[in-house]
Amino acid sequence: MTSNLPLYVLAAPLLTAFVVNLAGRFWRGSVAILSLGALLFSTISAVLVLQQVLTHGTIHYTVGGWQAPWGIELVIDPLAALMLALISVVALLATFSALASARQELPGREHLFFTLYLILISGLLGLAVTGDAFNLYVLLEITSITTYCLIAMGKGRAPLASFNYIIMGTIGACFYLLGVGYLYMLTGSLNMADIQSILPGMYGSISVATAFAFLLVGVWIKMAFLPLHGWLPNAYTLAPSSTSVLIAPLMTKVAVFLMIRIIFSIFSPDYAFFQHVGVQHLIVWAAALAILIASGLALAQTDLKRMLSYIIVAEVGYMVGGVWLANTAAMTGAILHIVNDALMTLCLFLAASAIVYRLGDSKLASMKGLYRRMPLTMAAFTIGAFSMIGVPPTAGFFSKWYLILGGIEAGSWAWVYVAALLISSLVNAVLFFRIIEIAYFQGGGEHGHSAEMPRQEACAWQLSPLLLSAVALLAIGLAAGPLVEHLIIPALPAGF
Amino acid sequence: MNIITSLLPVAAVGISLLGAIFIILANRRPNLRESVTLLIAVGKFLLVLGMLPTVLAGGGFVFTLAELIPGVPFQLRVDAMGMFFALVASFLWICTSIYSIGYMRALQEHDQTRYYASFAVAISATIGVAFSANLLTLYLFYEMLSLSTYPLVTHERNAEARVSGRKYLTYILGTSIGFALPAMLIVYAIAGTLDFTSGGILTGTGVSPGTVALLLVLFVAGFAKAGIMPFHGWLPAAMVAPTPVSSFLHGVAVVKVGVFSILRVIFDILGPDLLLSLDLGIALTYFVSVTILAASLIALTQDNLKRRLAYSTIGQLSYMILGAGMLSAAGMTGGLLHIAMHAFGKITLFFCAGAIYVASHKKYISEMDGLGRKMPITYFAFFLGSLSIIGMPPLGGFLSKWQLVIGAVQADQLVLVAVLLISSLLNAAYFFPIVYRGFFAPAKNGTEGDGFHEAPLWCLVPLTITALGSLILFFYPGTFLRLIQLALS
Amino acid sequence: MESMLGVVVAKYNYWLYVVLMMIGFYAMIGKRNLVKKLLGMNIFQTAIILFFVSMGAKRGGGIPILDKEAALAGAVKVAEVVNPLPHVLMLTAIVVSVSVTGVALAVMQRIYKEYGTLEEDEILDKIGRS
Repeated sequence: MTSNLPLYVLAAPLLTAFVVNLAGRFWRGSVAILSLGALLFSTISAVLVLQQVLTHGTIHYTVGGWQAPWGIELVIDPLAALMLALISVVALLATFSALASARQELPGREHLFFTLYLILISGLLGLAVTGDAFNLYVLLEITSITTYCLIAMGKGRAPLASFNYIIMGTIGACFYLLGVGYLYMLTGSLNMADIQSILPGMYGSISVATAFAFLLVGVWIKMAFLPLHGWLPNAYTLAPSSTSVLIAPLMTKVAVFLMIRIIFSIFSPDYAFFQHVGVQHLIVWAAALAILIASGLALAQTDLKRMLSYIIVAEVGYMVGGVWLANTAAMTGAILHIVNDALMTLCLFLAASAIVYRLGDSKLASMKGLYRRMPLTMAAFTIGAFSMIGVPPTAGFFSKWYLILGGIEAGSWAWVYVAALLISSLVNAVLFFRIIEIAYFQGGGEHGHSAEMPRQEACAWQLSPLLLSAVALLAIGLAAGPLVEHLIIPALPAGF
Repeated sequence: MNIITSLLPVAAVGISLLGAIFIILANRRPNLRESVTLLIAVGKFLLVLGMLPTVLAGGGFVFTLAELIPGVPFQLRVDAMGMFFALVASFLWICTSIYSIGYMRALQEHDQTRYYASFAVAISATIGVAFSANLLTLYLFYEMLSLSTYPLVTHERNAEARVSGRKYLTYILGTSIGFALPAMLIVYAIAGTLDFTSGGILTGTGVSPGTVALLLVLFVAGFAKAGIMPFHGWLPAAMVAPTPVSSFLHGVAVVKVGVFSILRVIFDILGPDLLLSLDLGIALTYFVSVTILAASLIALTQDNLKRRLAYSTIGQLSYMILGAGMLSAAGMTGGLLHIAMHAFGKITLFFCAGAIYVASHKKYISEMDGLGRKMPITYFAFFLGSLSIIGMPPLGGFLSKWQLVIGAVQADQLVLVAVLLISSLLNAAYFFPIVYRGFFAPAKNGTEGDGFHEAPLWCLVPLTITALGSLILFFYPGTFLRLIQLALS
Repeated sequence: MESMLGVVVAKYNYWLYVVLMMIGFYAMIGKRNLVKKLLGMNIFQTAIILFFVSMGAKRGGGIPILDKEAALAGAVKVAEVVNPLPHVLMLTAIVVSVSVTGVALAVMQRIYKEYGTLEEDEILDKIGRS
């Protein structure tokens, strides 16, 4: 019986984190072996769990034998299982690159870095499966605190960016905690399913609305939903490459997942979306505005990582809007986009990390002639860029397809969102072709055919996950039909 | 209709994609690389040709590669209309490949591997567009073509190429994402499918006239490769590319993919009947008439030969849309037939422009006085090509223009007849002086030398073949007409 | 008016928490000194802890340590003991709060080493000049 499997997924990186800390002091090489081993174990377990959930339905796991609603419960529904698999796969791929970057950026401190890194991963995995509202807060803070530290390991202004993140992140977490407090006062329970069964009688109450608002604003801060995004660009840009390859693809996406959890597992879609139609429209419009403003801000950047950070903020708008459009197509799009965006961001940040590894910085201006210097890296980067723009058959096209379709189906009030998605695609095209142009044309002289730059590809540790993620983007795109049918549709929250 | 499930269309599309990999692998061995190029060109043509008999017999081929979205698979299907376009494109690709070798070697161009590889991907995308079974597959190949031609347009990699490349993508990618994509989604939201179905998929869905009009506008604007004003600016800019690129991509593949996409939408998505009942076809013909006349007038003012040809192309492309917009049998036949006739004529003209550049390094018409006496074969081919574009017998262009005029008369649109006639006069006005100056004007500042000085044989042979092709098509248009007949029935 | 006052007095603990929270919030957002921001953060967190703790409190409630025999006999009077769960939750929250503070202090040390000051204006000034 594989009944303890879900717990193993979380426990493997958590326990390894401490072993890495000790063993890494004596033997540097153990860091790589242990981290990769633990994550590989997690990935395999997560895939098995996903398979189990898809065939046998939701798994309820009671930790330590304390029955819900008193004990802490892990609820692995298809969506959570999908998130488990996504997080562990992305983390595994990112780790290859992080190992190489960390050796360069934090020589001698790898064991410390990877202790935090692994705790962060197990926190993220925990967020995906927890069925307890307070437990979720604790895990949220575990991921946040480790992220603060990992960002602060960067050079120069990184500690300041980390400090700002600490302030904003704490406000977000406290709001969430307040929301949980209100819910506990109202229902006397912390178990999500229990709360959900008790709440309907009180939906008219203003306290419920307050709790809902606090929870939402809390996760919005964590996911950098514009205008609550201020902390993100600096934090992600200034963080060491080894950190940003992990947090950029995962943090915001997990926060979006938490928003779905709050709406569907604590409250009900009926309450969240349809009892106050005005609020629903307002949030979708806010998402559209977020997409437009973040895309505009991305245009103004001259640094690759900073530009990508603003694109992340814009993508958060995609997903928030998709969820709040509240129809099947848009919800499919939002969940598919969680998967796709995680992989696209991973691909682009892996490329950025490889570029930083070779060039020393990620300024756009230093990327001249990069197609000659790092052809494979740039090929993968180009696929990631196409996916961000939404060129078929890359993965990004299909999630955008469902999101726009959802916008069209939602009716005339959602046209702003549809327009925002299209405009943002166009802006992304401008953003990425600006980079492609810089990297494609040789710098300096009018005719670039003379001065050949030596080929200097990224190291295998960075190149292999990068190429894998690029291939994954194409594969997901070409397999979009079966993928949506067998993975995303079952993962749709009940009622959709 | 017997539709055969077969890998043939996949092979026809895929052969050059596969070839591109071999071309890259043969990077340091030019002879091997060029052999691969020629081999896949011939192979592709034979594969297309192999499917012709079945299609002529009223059959077709289909293959589903993947399921992308419920009701919209990634599917290739060979029907008469696609076969017609694929036949033209794959034949002319052989000529272009031969010509490329002559041109690129004579000018000792840089980065030839990238050039040949991009070209191979581009031709895959072109055949892919021809064989697409639904709008999404077409859109996929359309974007693939846009992106794979970017390195070709910016081949020179100087400041001018950079600006042109930017303009190229802004127009092509911008309109396809901004207009064609939402239009496609609206169609999918209404009809639940995107399959090309004879007669359209929107009839009977109770779609409002306003929506149909909006869709037509979005599609016509979205497929900017068709060069309809005001979305034509990229085409003259793209002329910075090496001449083989201009001749094949911007005389045949890219621009005709735009036209082909719009025709597909009119015939198989929106449906002629629906458009006819709303009088949208006539509105479209008036709209493109402006492009036909304006582009011809601008062409008159261009001194750069390739730019003049580019504006001529813009005008001619709108002929095809004009024919389709008439929504009558004659008009649609003329429109489709003009795809083939113009392709043969225009590629000849571009080949000649390139041959002139290779032999004498001249780009401007004002410098070409007396050149025809040194390059008689090239100039005679040029003469044949221009006759075909103008629409004079005994060249292919006459047939398509004739059908267009008949269509206009049948539709009682004398204005369109006038547009066609005036435009033909303008065509003559911007082509004949070139030929006249080449043969009869005295050469400037005594550069007149003795004897002939033609471009290399690699350049000369393809342009002779295509020029003769224009001539032959006048006498034997049977296959093409049969395909068009099948496509329209 | 009187009833309003009544509401305030009757639930003074909640009003206190709101006031404390606002003070903390203001310090986090409005103050330019990083230490003051951090202090604001602690006040903010303490306010929430107060909120939770007072949630579990009952007038006249005793400590929730039960006689095993009596409890098994089913004689627990819920009204006589305070609800221990929020208090337990706050133990965790305090741990979280302490660790965030610890991390923030460590990060602040790095900032001070880098810029020689903890005034946000001066730091931004130095960044702007470099």
